[in-house]
Amino acid sequence: MNTTENIRLQDTSKGRQLKDKLILGLVILLSLITISPIVLIIGKLVAKGYRQISLEFLIKNTPDTYTAMTALANGERIPGGIANGIVGTLIMVVLASAIAIPVGIIVGIFLYENPGKRLANFTRSLSDVLQGVPSIVLGLISYLWVVKHVTNGYSALAGAVSLAIMMLPMIVRSTEETLKMIPNTLKEAALALGTPYHKVILRVLIPTGFSGMFTGILLGISRVLGETAPLMLTALGSSMINLDISKPTSAVPLLIWEFYNDPNMIDLIWSSSLMLMAIVLILNLISKQIAKKTK
Amino acid sequence: MIQDTIAEIKNPALSIQDLCVYYDQNKAVKNVSVDIKKNTVTAIMGPSGCGKSTLLRALNRMHELYDNIRTEGKVLIHDQNIYDVPAIKLRRQMGMVFQRPNPFPTMSIYENVIAGYKLNGIRLKKGEKDEVVERSLRDVALWDEVKDTLHKKGTFLSGGQQQRLCIARALAFGPEIILMDEPTSALDPIATSKVEDLLVKLKENYTIILVTHNMTQAARISDYSLFMYLGELVEYGKTKNMFTNPIDPRTEQYLTGKFG
Amino acid sequence: MNSDKITKLVLSLGSFILIIVAAGMVYSLVVGSIPAFKTFGFQFIFSNNWDPTSGKENYGALPFIAGTLISSILALLISLPLSFSTSLFLGEYFKGTRVARILSTLVDLLAGIPSIVYGLWGFYVLRPLMIELGIGSQGFGVFTASVILAIMIIPYATSLSNEIISMVPNDLKEAAYSLGATRLEVIQTVTIPNAHSGIIAGYILSFGRALGETMAVTMLIGNSNKVPDSLFGTGNSMASVIANQFGEADGLKLSALIAIGLLLFVITALVNALGKLIIKKMQ
Repeated sequence: MNTTENIRLQDTSKGRQLKDKLILGLVILLSLITISPIVLIIGKLVAKGYRQISLEFLIKNTPDTYTAMTALANGERIPGGIANGIVGTLIMVVLASAIAIPVGIIVGIFLYENPGKRLANFTRSLSDVLQGVPSIVLGLISYLWVVKHVTNGYSALAGAVSLAIMMLPMIVRSTEETLKMIPNTLKEAALALGTPYHKVILRVLIPTGFSGMFTGILLGISRVLGETAPLMLTALGSSMINLDISKPTSAVPLLIWEFYNDPNMIDLIWSSSLMLMAIVLILNLISKQIAKKTK
Repeated sequence: MIQDTIAEIKNPALSIQDLCVYYDQNKAVKNVSVDIKKNTVTAIMGPSGCGKSTLLRALNRMHELYDNIRTEGKVLIHDQNIYDVPAIKLRRQMGMVFQRPNPFPTMSIYENVIAGYKLNGIRLKKGEKDEVVERSLRDVALWDEVKDTLHKKGTFLSGGQQQRLCIARALAFGPEIILMDEPTSALDPIATSKVEDLLVKLKENYTIILVTHNMTQAARISDYSLFMYLGELVEYGKTKNMFTNPIDPRTEQYLTGKFG
Repeated sequence: MNSDKITKLVLSLGSFILIIVAAGMVYSLVVGSIPAFKTFGFQFIFSNNWDPTSGKENYGALPFIAGTLISSILALLISLPLSFSTSLFLGEYFKGTRVARILSTLVDLLAGIPSIVYGLWGFYVLRPLMIELGIGSQGFGVFTASVILAIMIIPYATSLSNEIISMVPNDLKEAAYSLGATRLEVIQTVTIPNAHSGIIAGYILSFGRALGETMAVTMLIGNSNKVPDSLFGTGNSMASVIANQFGEADGLKLSALIAIGLLLFVITALVNALGKLIIKKMQ
């Protein structure tokens, strides 16, 4: 008992408590530093971008460099807007969703229905690999497939394909995860009534898991909305509104890239970024809210 | 309502005075005052939700880990209020054993036993460590079973062995009081009886406060019993007296299985 | 054939589409990069000479591989103390509180900001700061790119570590507290040892993210086709060189860019597989 008796009386508490407090302070400080960029970025975009945002900004096409330069020289607001980008982004995102959502949900249901089977495990691993592929590589792929062999030139379709491959694994995952949370008894109850398999899926599984799947879809969309790199290799861009999916098409992030490279257009950078970010973040928040409610 | 048969406990190990514990606005322990006698096993009994664990956890200030729990009143050890010393210092005087065996899964048996020293920033020499480990494991009658596997993970042991390891971990630091929160509720009958034998032996050197929902366990091993109901201390006295001749009708109802 | 069989067929068809897409990707990248590998052999990976001048065309990917790895590792190192502290803030110190919910929403928002917006912010805000500090030429360089990358990967590392840290069983922590440990000591001896493989997996996965980032890096790294001579020097990354030089590329140059794409694909796939493997082992 002697050794412990002596040791037990050692009072180490003061130094240790001080160290504890110091580290807590450090953790709080570093956490504040972590979130400071989001505040700074949003602040910068709002401060610099809000002035250009108007109805005209939303419904007019981008001006050419010369017009912008003249306006800049005269100290006027740059005329025109980003309608061509907005329309292009809409077309490509809708197209990408039309490809990725059905396939993604089907694969997700397949994974859920065949747990532990080899084909399912293999598919799940592939989906994980796809999720990690850098978006620029997806741009390359869509260039090699669609630009070179389908539309024979840069096109909205090519852009949409690269975005669709990007969305696909996210939808697969969210579908499978959502379905896993549905109690098995629900499915069994439906099957016990003699309901055909496809009706169980369409009438029971999908409606029950709808909000979870919807969250995954919204998150997927919000991620591809801001993508620039794959579109540079596939959709290329256009100064006019283009509705033909086999022709080069603009997108809001592509326009930001063009403005960034053109010193005359600087004023348009901030407003377009502000808009893009606002839409992405709002979609993001909505989907996270839905996710929280369903949990 | 405190039974007169325990007139005065002189020089108590622990003196609880007017202790209240609140969960948010909810008063879970209501003005409990009790003196705990040295070198005894004192059982806290009562139906689930009566506040027995809450009372126990107030004694080593576990409630301070949670923002929604508040404690009022005094607890004296050697005439000093435990709320006046730093919690980490107080907890060195009080060992605690939990409902489910919880050896640290990332540590070996050996490291588990001396975890208290490591956590308190006290460096021991190799010889001292060996001594502490062997003594503590012998105290809980685990030494012979594990002396060849000291450097294996504690989680490989059986449930009963794990719980004795946790008791050894609590003993290693030489506490005065050991708080036990239903320590056998997750164990099978054989492991339970081993732990019970151990408690009877340990009271020679330690004061043990045992929360249990098992009346026969309290009857078997405790010297004093404390019956709680709805957060109140209903009855406190020598176990023998309480079981043969309860004073409060609620105690009698509980002991005869009318509720709980 | 009855309807249940058709349903099953449709479901497996979906998974075949996914397999075909994945296999097709690898196939197209490999076929596309054959000319580059045929011409330069393994020198393509180890040569640091990138010269598109026609006649003496030579393509070596080393500068870009180096740029990608260095900037991503640096980004990981910069993000580490920040995201680790934040995950302790969320999963341990202030777990379940309102302030943690707000902080976690803000961190999530970081993940939602498009890469190009990070690039712009880096160009117009961070770069001038670097110039003031005398870092890099014109404020461009590996370091500047890494700072932005670090901010971009913070949410990924944070959310996984936070999830794992908050899963550490409470009774283990209470056991340590009952032995007289301070909160910090509980974190050191219980929380981190029990969560470390998940935390490491989180950092590996976020490293994988950093490897493939394009726009923000392109706008800040300086785009010079050489192995960066210091952490503050300029360089280029695999993703940026594809983005920058793709427009004017055909023939051998296009093949070289596709080959870089293939290398990037392989590296990120390996890194991600490692991260996923660790997570799987943990469960």
